[in-house]
Amino acid sequence: MKGNGVTGNANPLRRVGALFDGARDWWEHAKVWQRYLVYLGAIVFALILPAPVIGEFMSPGSDWTTVLIYPIGTYILLAIGLNVVVGQAGLLDLGFVAFFAIGGYSVAYFGTQYGWNYWATVVFGILLAAVSGVILGAPTLRLRGDYLAIVTLGFGEIVRITANNTDEIGGARGITNVPHPTDMPSIGVEFGVLPAPYYYLMLIAIVLVIIFSVRLQKSRVGRAWAAIREDEDAAELMGVPTFKFKLLAFAIGAMIGGLAGGIYAGKAVFIEPNTFPFILSATILAAVVLGGSGNLPGVMLGAFVIAWLPERFREVDWLKDALGKDPAEYRILLFGGVLVLMMALRPEGLLPSRRRKAELHEGTGGMGTMGAEVAGPDTDVSTTEAAK
Amino acid sequence: MLDDFLNQFLPSTVGGLVFGSIYALVALGYTMVYGVLRLINFAHSEIFMIGTFTSLVVITAIAPASPLTGIALFGVMLLIIVASAAISGGAAMLLELVAYRPLRRKGATRLTALISAIGASLFLQELFALVIIPWLTGKPGRNQQSAARIVDRDTVFTIGNAAVRTDHIIVVVAAVIMMIALDRLVNKTKIGRGIRATAQDPEAAVLMGVSIDNIVRVTFLLGGAMAGVAGALYLMEFENTVFNVGFVLGIKAFTAAVLGGIGNLRGALLGGIVLGLIENWGAIFLGSEWKDVIAFTVLVVVLMFRPTGILGESLQKARA
Repeated sequence: MKGNGVTGNANPLRRVGALFDGARDWWEHAKVWQRYLVYLGAIVFALILPAPVIGEFMSPGSDWTTVLIYPIGTYILLAIGLNVVVGQAGLLDLGFVAFFAIGGYSVAYFGTQYGWNYWATVVFGILLAAVSGVILGAPTLRLRGDYLAIVTLGFGEIVRITANNTDEIGGARGITNVPHPTDMPSIGVEFGVLPAPYYYLMLIAIVLVIIFSVRLQKSRVGRAWAAIREDEDAAELMGVPTFKFKLLAFAIGAMIGGLAGGIYAGKAVFIEPNTFPFILSATILAAVVLGGSGNLPGVMLGAFVIAWLPERFREVDWLKDALGKDPAEYRILLFGGVLVLMMALRPEGLLPSRRRKAELHEGTGGMGTMGAEVAGPDTDVSTTEAAK
Repeated sequence: MLDDFLNQFLPSTVGGLVFGSIYALVALGYTMVYGVLRLINFAHSEIFMIGTFTSLVVITAIAPASPLTGIALFGVMLLIIVASAAISGGAAMLLELVAYRPLRRKGATRLTALISAIGASLFLQELFALVIIPWLTGKPGRNQQSAARIVDRDTVFTIGNAAVRTDHIIVVVAAVIMMIALDRLVNKTKIGRGIRATAQDPEAAVLMGVSIDNIVRVTFLLGGAMAGVAGALYLMEFENTVFNVGFVLGIKAFTAAVLGGIGNLRGALLGGIVLGLIENWGAIFLGSEWKDVIAFTVLVVVLMFRPTGILGESLQKARA
C-alpha cells in the first residue's frame, strides 16, 4: 500500500480495519449457499432484534423498539440513500436532510390538510423528493465537486428556512397530528401507540431499499457510477453520459431520503423545521464515511454505531458523573473528531469495498487532489503522479 | 411595495455595506486557502467564531462602564482587533497542522479533505459549546453571550433618510484598511510572491525554492487573522455571539468569495459588498427572515451562470 508512511501498522484502527477486511475477503469468495445462509441469519436477527432481552442491554433506559425506529432505523435508511450519492457516484451531498424533510412534510401536510391516505402520501413524498433532487441537480451537477457540496448545503438550509417561514405548512410550530399509517385489518396489523408495527414497517423498507441498491450497483448504472467516481473525464470519453447518471444518482438518493421522511413522520406524529437541521446531514455523512462509503454493510454498520452509541452512553452512570452532563451531548464533538481521524488514518472507512479502498489509496477517489500537493521527502512520488 | 423600497433603500444600503465588509473579510480566508490548496476550508467559519469570543473576553475584561470615545476607543478597538487576529490566526495554523497537513502528506483526494474540514468544523463548534465557552464565561455554552457596548450609536451624518453611525464607519474603514494591507502583502512582498507562485503552479514553485509548508502555514495565518478581525468587528457591531455564529455567516462568506471569483482577493471584497447589498435589498421585499435564502439562492445562481465569479479566478489559473 502506497503513501501510508504516516500511519504505520501499529495504530489500533488499522488492526480493527484488518479484521473487517478479512471478513470482506471471505464474503467475496463465499459460495452462493453460504451467502444465502448469511442473508437468512441477518433477517432472522432483524426480526427478533426488538426482543426485550436484547433491549435490556442495548438500551436499558428507553424503549428499545422505539430507539430501533428512530434514530437507528431512520439513520440506516438515510445512510443507504446517501451512500448512493456519496459512495457510489462520488458526489458530496451536504444537504441530504432536505429530502428527508420533503418526504416528512408531504406525509404531514397532505395527510392533515387533505386527508390523503398515508401510503399515498408516502409515495407522493418519494416522488416529490425525486423531483426536487432533479431540480437541484440539473443546474448544479455540472459544477466541480466541492462547489456541489456547498450548493447542496445551501439547498438544505433553504428547505429548512422555507419550511420555517411558510405558515401554510405550520411555520416554526410545525405540523401536529400527523396521521399514522393506515391499519391493515386483513393481516391484523394496527398502527397505534405500540412501536412494534412501525419497526417492522421500517425493516421492510430497509430490506427493499437494500435489494434495490445492490441490484443497482451491480447493473450498468452502478458501473457507470463507479466510472464517474473514479475519473469523470475518462468516463465521459468512454461514452458514459456522466451528467445523466449523476442526475439519476441524485434522484435515487433523494427518493430513499423521502421514503425515510415518510416513515419517520408516520411514527412521529409531530414534525417541525428543526427536526431537519444541517447537523443531521453531517451526522449521516459521518455514518457513511465511518462505515466505508460505497459498501452497504459498512454504511449500515456506520449508521447503526452513530445512532446507537449516543443513546447507549446516555445510560452510563459513571460517564454521566464524570462529565457532569448527559454524555449524548458530546456526540457531535465525537462525530467531528471521528471524521477528522478517519480521513487521516483510514479514509476508506471501517468496512470498505475493495475497489473504493484501492481508489482512495491511489488518490483517484473523486475530485482530484488538493492544490499544493507536491512530492516532499516523505510523500510517494508515484502516488502524486497517479493522481494527476 | 415600491414606496417601501424607496423608503428603505438607503438605510438598507448602509446595513448592506456593514454586513458586506464583514463577509468580505471572512471571504478572504476562504479565497486564499482555496487559491493555494484547492480546499474549501469549511472550518474557517469556526475561526471567525473564535475571533468573536476573543473579543468578547477582552471586552469583558476591560468592562467599560459606558461607551468609549476618542483615544480610549481607538486603543480598545485596536486591542480587540489585534487580540482576535492573533488568536484566530494561531487557531487557523493549528487547524491546518491537525486536520489538513496529514492529508496533504498522503496525497489525499479533495473529497477526503473536505470531509475532514467538516469534521474539524463540528468538532470546534462543539468544543466551544461544551467546554471553552462555559469555562470562559461561566454561562451555558449554547446560549447567546452578549458583550458590553464600546461604541456609541451616534449618527455622524445622514444620506437622505439613512443615518450613518460611528460603528458603521469603524467597521467599513477597518475592513478596507485590512484588505488594502493584505493586498499589498500578497502583491509586493517576498512571502506574497511565494503564495502567488504556489497558487499558480506548486511544483514549479518548489523548484524555484519556495517552501510549500511555510506558504501553506502563512496562508492559513493570514486568512485566520482576517477572520479574527471580522470577528472583532462583528462583536463590536452586534454585541453578541454564540457558538455557531460562524455557520451561516461562513456559508455566506464563501458565497461572497465565489461571487467575486474564488482565489481573487479583490474579488472577495467586491463579492462581500455585493452579497451584503443584495441580501439587504432583497429583505425589503421579502422580509428579513428570508435573508439567508436570498444569499444561498445567489450562490446557486452565480455557480450556474458564472462559476468563475465576477472578476474571475486570478490568484491561480482556473484548473478543472
